[in-house]
Amino acid sequence: MDFLIFQVPMLTLQAVLDGLLLGILFALIAYGMALQWGVMNIINIAQGDLVILGGYIAYFMYLYGIHPAWGVIVSPIIMYFVGVIIYKLVINKVVDRDLFISILATFGISILFMQLMNFAFGADVVLANSGYGTTMLFDNSVTLPNSKIFSAFISIVFAIGLVIYMKKSKLGRAIRATAQNARAAKILGVDTEKVYAATFGINAALCGVAGALISITFTIHPYMGLPYTIRSFMIVIVAGLGNLPGVAMSGMGLGVFEEFADYILGTEFRIGSVFLLLVLILVYRRFKLSRKREYLK
Amino acid sequence: MKIKNIIITFVSAIAILFSTSVVSFAKVVGDKIILGAAISLTGKYSSNGVHTQNGYNMAVDRINEMGGVKVGGKTYKFDIIYYDDESNPKRAAQLAERLISQDGVEFMLGPYSSGLTKAIAPVTEKYGVPMVEANGASRSLFTKGYKYLFAVLAPANLYLDVAIETAVALNGGKGVRIAQAFEQDAFSQDVRLGILDAAERTGSKIIIDDKLPKELNDMAATLAKVKAVKPDVLVVSGHTKGALTAIRQIAEMKVDVPMLAMTHCDAAKLSKQHGKNSQYALCASQWHKTLTYKDDFFKDGMTYAADFEKLFGYDPPYQSAESSAALLVFKDAFERANTFDQKKVRDALAATNMQTFYGNIKFAEGGQNVDKPMVLFQVMCDDAGKCENKVVAPLKWASAELIHPIPKWSER
Repeated sequence: MDFLIFQVPMLTLQAVLDGLLLGILFALIAYGMALQWGVMNIINIAQGDLVILGGYIAYFMYLYGIHPAWGVIVSPIIMYFVGVIIYKLVINKVVDRDLFISILATFGISILFMQLMNFAFGADVVLANSGYGTTMLFDNSVTLPNSKIFSAFISIVFAIGLVIYMKKSKLGRAIRATAQNARAAKILGVDTEKVYAATFGINAALCGVAGALISITFTIHPYMGLPYTIRSFMIVIVAGLGNLPGVAMSGMGLGVFEEFADYILGTEFRIGSVFLLLVLILVYRRFKLSRKREYLK
Repeated sequence: MKIKNIIITFVSAIAILFSTSVVSFAKVVGDKIILGAAISLTGKYSSNGVHTQNGYNMAVDRINEMGGVKVGGKTYKFDIIYYDDESNPKRAAQLAERLISQDGVEFMLGPYSSGLTKAIAPVTEKYGVPMVEANGASRSLFTKGYKYLFAVLAPANLYLDVAIETAVALNGGKGVRIAQAFEQDAFSQDVRLGILDAAERTGSKIIIDDKLPKELNDMAATLAKVKAVKPDVLVVSGHTKGALTAIRQIAEMKVDVPMLAMTHCDAAKLSKQHGKNSQYALCASQWHKTLTYKDDFFKDGMTYAADFEKLFGYDPPYQSAESSAALLVFKDAFERANTFDQKKVRDALAATNMQTFYGNIKFAEGGQNVDKPMVLFQVMCDDAGKCENKVVAPLKWASAELIHPIPKWSER
């Protein structure tokens, strides 16, 4: 059964398309992470849990008879405020500290969120149905659920919207200034405290959008956040901070990589292969870095 | 004088300490038989943990109302000490230790899930505490030579056995081509072993054999393979998450398979989330309310279901029914042993041979129940989209005829 993917050409196409659609969604989550990592120097372990919380918002709308697609509007609004509250309560106390402290703090938030969601929503696996149907290509041999296409489309819209916002708006400029040099920005009159809160809020809002999309394409469960954190961490590591096209490319690359790993190595190695890739990339970066230092000497 | 006083105080202090510790160290206090249980009230198993607890509680109340347990000419009532194991095996083992060595419990009820039962069993075994469990079906529980572990349910490797045999029978006795995807946990992997056995026995071929990681919520790759190789049977087991994901993506990707067999797919849950997309799925179950087993306490499945719904407001899943049955087994064993001696109760448990509303119960050497077959139901929906589980196999209890092959998506 090995390498069935190379015997059936349509499977290859299916894997590439599935991977791309999945990757675009990952990229959206990773973009939020890259943003607040770049601005605040905080690695947010609770990223995936924010995604899941966003998913629950869409799920509850669905439960009350509202089409879950509206979740992509409602969920980010609620999540923005959730993000700002988390910032005010916890993150502002660790923002200038060592990276390790922020990892611990967000790890704590992650555990807290998992337990709270489990407590509030129960441990059942849930999903919201969009009823969007399926696009069939090549005589039904390649199928693309419309919900996945919708997810990718919405992700792109939000990503582009955010790029424009960061370039044109006052807050966007303030965020970029703070990212470049927080002290200088402060001296020039930027309220960095406000910028940090807004950045964390925007990140949470992006997670909210992604969560809503995940609830209509996949499933939601209180303990399912971590794989999303890992993937976005991985995408950001590959792309580097502040490299938006890089985030999009590495997101899609990771999506396709996962799909192919699934076909070639087996489904059981799918998430494992992401970890392996992460290790390889970190080792490679480290290697490159050590070379550079020698050169500087 | 002074020394005498000190001695008296010392002796009485020890006496008080001893007498209180005797009270707290007895498994039978007054007219109460105290059982211990670690249950997942929080964490990822909390919904099934609650089903388990509800099943236990309902049986305790019922047995107590109907006269309790008669041992040595005296009537006793059941009582249970619960602790929350947080769905964590390590915690469950600690709590078992605490129940036995601190609370003095001498008889235990099982937790929810194979993994947690596996964590607790070595502890109960070490102390020689008989444990009747109702929610750990993993085969590995019954091959370790445990003497004090008894499970009222059929082992996991028998879950989907019936499905393969049915498929082979429908294929004119010839072997079928099987595609399977199982989560990587003790339970699902045991179900997988059962399928491998059945495949070998019937001359069937496994053409896809995927292992799903625990975090997975995307089966698109597996299903794309299924579409390409067109098997006769698709088997999926990955708890509720696996069932929900499979149904969603099979419908979205329009995967046509003649037979789809799964575990953990309760029609109420599936159809609530997926409507008619879940139709025709075959589901393995330990119990169904329409089975005609009988006992004196709950009468039969239908009565049990009605009483349960009155108490808890939902239709009982099989996890609750089997948990209730565990108490019936304990009562029966206590009365036959006619003592609270742990070893004698253990022997009485081993000799159990009874019928409950949940099914016949008779333990094999390893502690698994060998007298109760699994049932297979099919999700069937009416035009209004209301779906129900109908038992289709074994034929003795079938309340509907199996629809096979599943109609193609283009014809639905």
